[in-house]
Amino acid sequence: MTNENIAEHTVEPMSAADANTEHRITVRGLNIFYGKFRAVADVDMDIEPQSVTALIGPSGCGKSTFLRSLNRMHEVIDNATVEGTVQINGVDLYGPKIDPVQVRRKIGMVFQRPNPFPTMSIAENVLAGKRLNQRRIKKDEADQVIEQALRDSNLWEEVKDRLDAPGGGLSGGQQQRLCIARAIAVEPEVLLMDEPCSALDPISTLAIEQLMLQLRRKYTIVIVTHNMQQAARVSERTAFFNIEGTGKPGRLIEMDTTEVMFANPTQQATQDYVTGRFG
Amino acid sequence: MSTDTIDDTDRTPTGGFAAEPVSKVGDRVFSGLSRGAGIIILVTLAGVAMFLVWNAMPALTASSKEIGPGGDEGNGKGFLSYVGTLAFGTVWAALLALLIAVPFGVAIALYISHYAPKRLSRTLGYVIDLLAAIPSVVYGLWGIFVLAPTMADHVYPWFSDHLGFVPMFSGKVLASGRSMATVALVLAVMILPIITAISREVFLQTPRLNEEAALALGATRWEMIRIAVLPYGKSGVISGAMLGLGRALGETMAVALILAPANVYSLKLFTSQNPNTIAANIALQFPESTGLEVNTLIATGLVLFAITLFVNLMSRRAARGNIF
Ligand SMILES: Nc1ncnc2c1ncn2[C@@H]1O[C@H](COP(=O)(O)OP(=O)(O)OP(=O)(O)O)[C@@H](O)[C@H]1O
Ligand SMILES: [Mg+2]
Repeated sequence: MTNENIAEHTVEPMSAADANTEHRITVRGLNIFYGKFRAVADVDMDIEPQSVTALIGPSGCGKSTFLRSLNRMHEVIDNATVEGTVQINGVDLYGPKIDPVQVRRKIGMVFQRPNPFPTMSIAENVLAGKRLNQRRIKKDEADQVIEQALRDSNLWEEVKDRLDAPGGGLSGGQQQRLCIARAIAVEPEVLLMDEPCSALDPISTLAIEQLMLQLRRKYTIVIVTHNMQQAARVSERTAFFNIEGTGKPGRLIEMDTTEVMFANPTQQATQDYVTGRFG
Repeated sequence: MSTDTIDDTDRTPTGGFAAEPVSKVGDRVFSGLSRGAGIIILVTLAGVAMFLVWNAMPALTASSKEIGPGGDEGNGKGFLSYVGTLAFGTVWAALLALLIAVPFGVAIALYISHYAPKRLSRTLGYVIDLLAAIPSVVYGLWGIFVLAPTMADHVYPWFSDHLGFVPMFSGKVLASGRSMATVALVLAVMILPIITAISREVFLQTPRLNEEAALALGATRWEMIRIAVLPYGKSGVISGAMLGLGRALGETMAVALILAPANVYSLKLFTSQNPNTIAANIALQFPESTGLEVNTLIATGLVLFAITLFVNLMSRRAARGNIF
C-alpha cells in the first residue's frame, strides 16, 4: 500500500455506518487455488464504494480468478478453493454462515463473452435474476424493471420494439449490454466485469464505458481490462497484478489512484506495464 | 524456354491459381459411397412398403365378413374394426410407457450430468447402457414371473381401492397381473436407457457460459438447471422420447409374453380387458394363420409401419426444434 493510500484513509475516516451503506470491499490475506495450484497469493486490497476500480496485469496473472473470488463464483469450478477474507460492509463473504447463492445475488457479474440465455426473450433475460427472488412479478412492475435496466445499460432505444425476440438474436455488443441489464436489474451492490469490452467494436465499447461512468454513482464497480486507455478513462483506482513466471502465483503489485498508477507509480514493473515496455 | 512465356502464364486471369481444380478423388469416392448407402436405405424402405401394401391388398379389399384371423372376436366386422383396437392398444401402451419413462429418464440424466460425483456418474451411465443391452424376451419373462405377480398382489389393488374413481384405475384387478399396467411398466424400463442416454448427452453439452450466467445471478443448482440446462436440452429430450416411443410401438416379444389380450377399446389398466398391440398380435396369431388371415396380419403391419414412420418424422422435427 502506498503512502498516499494511507494518507487517504487518515484524512477520510469512515464510520461503520457509512461503510454499511456504501459497500466498501475489504480483501485480506486472499489466496486462491485450483486444486493444489495456487493461482493468486496474499492479496490485501480495499475497493472504494461507488467508484470504478480497474484490475490490470499480464495474461495469466490471476485477474479473472481474483475477480471471481469476490462473488464466490470461483468455487463453482471443481476443486477450486479460497483462503482468506473478503469483507463487504464488514461481513466476511467466506464466513461459515454465508450462502454463496445469496452473495451472488448481491454481487453481480458480467463475463468476458456475452452470455444471454439464448432461448429466453430479451425481456425475460432482463428479468431472469429478479425471478429467482420473486416467482410472480406483476406486469407493470416487470415492465418498469425491464425498461429501467435497459435504459441504464444503454440498450432500450435499440430493442424497445422487440422485447419478445430471443436474446440470442442480438449483435455481440447488444448482447453484452443485455447481460449488463440482466446484472443490474436485480440492483446488486457491486458489479464485477471481466473484460466486458474485449469482444466489442469501438462504438459498443464507448457505450459500455459511458454506462460505467453512469453506473458508478449507484454501484461499486470492479473491472478487469487489458486496455490501458480504458482503465485510464473509466477507473478512479487501478490495481496492478503480476506473476514472476509460469507456475508461480499472481500477486497484487501495486494499487493507487489511476492517475498515480499511470503517471508516477512506485514500482518499476507497474511503470513498465502501463507504458507497454513489459516483458 | 524464354522468360516471356513464364511471365505470360503468371499473368493469366487465374492470378497464379491453377486453372484445374485440385484433385478431389477422396471427396468423390466418399460422396459416392455415402450417396450409395443413402440410396440403398431408400430402396429398402420402399421395398418394405411395397411388400406390405402388396400383401395387405387382399385384406384391404376383402368384404368385411371375411376378416378375422384365428376366428377371434374381430371376425366378420371388417378390417378397420379389427385393426382399430390393435392400433389403439399399440399407441396406448407406448404412450403410457413414455409417460412413466420420460420423467425418470430426465431425472436420472440430470443426476448423472449435474449432481452425481464424477465416478458415480460414470458407473451409473454404464448401468443404464447395460439396461439397453438386455434382450426383450428377458424383459418379457421378468415381466411375467416377477413384476406382474408382485404388482398384482401389492400395488394395483391399492390404486384400485383408493383411486378407483379415476377411470384408468377402475375395474376388477386381474390376479395374474398380466394387464396393460404391467406392459406399460416393462416398456418403460425398456425405453428408459435411450431416453436417459440422449438426455444426458445434451445436458452435458450445455454451454458452461450459460450455466455460469445463471449461477452468477444467484441461482441455486436446481434453478441453474431450470434456467440454463433444461431449455438447452429440451429438443434433445424430445427426440430421445420420440426414439423411445418408436421402440415401444414396435416392441413385440415382451408384450406378447406378458399381456392377456382381448379385442376391446379400454383405458383400464388393471383388468382382464386389455387391447393388444399390433406387433404382439402378429407374433401370436401368425403361426396359426393361413390365406386371407395372413394378409390381414400383414395389413395390420402396414398400419404399424405408418404409425412408426409418423413418429420418426415427428422426432426429426422435434430434434430441429420445429414443434412444441
Ligand atoms: N479452471 C481453471 N483450472 C485450473 N487452472 C486455472 C483455471 N482457470 C485459470 N487457471 C489458472 O490460473 C491462473 C490465472 O488465470 P486467470 O484466468 O485468472 O488469469 P487472467 O489474469 O484473467 O488472464 P487473462 O488476462 O488472460 O484473462 C493461470 O495460471 C491459469 O492457468
Ligand atoms: Mg481473465
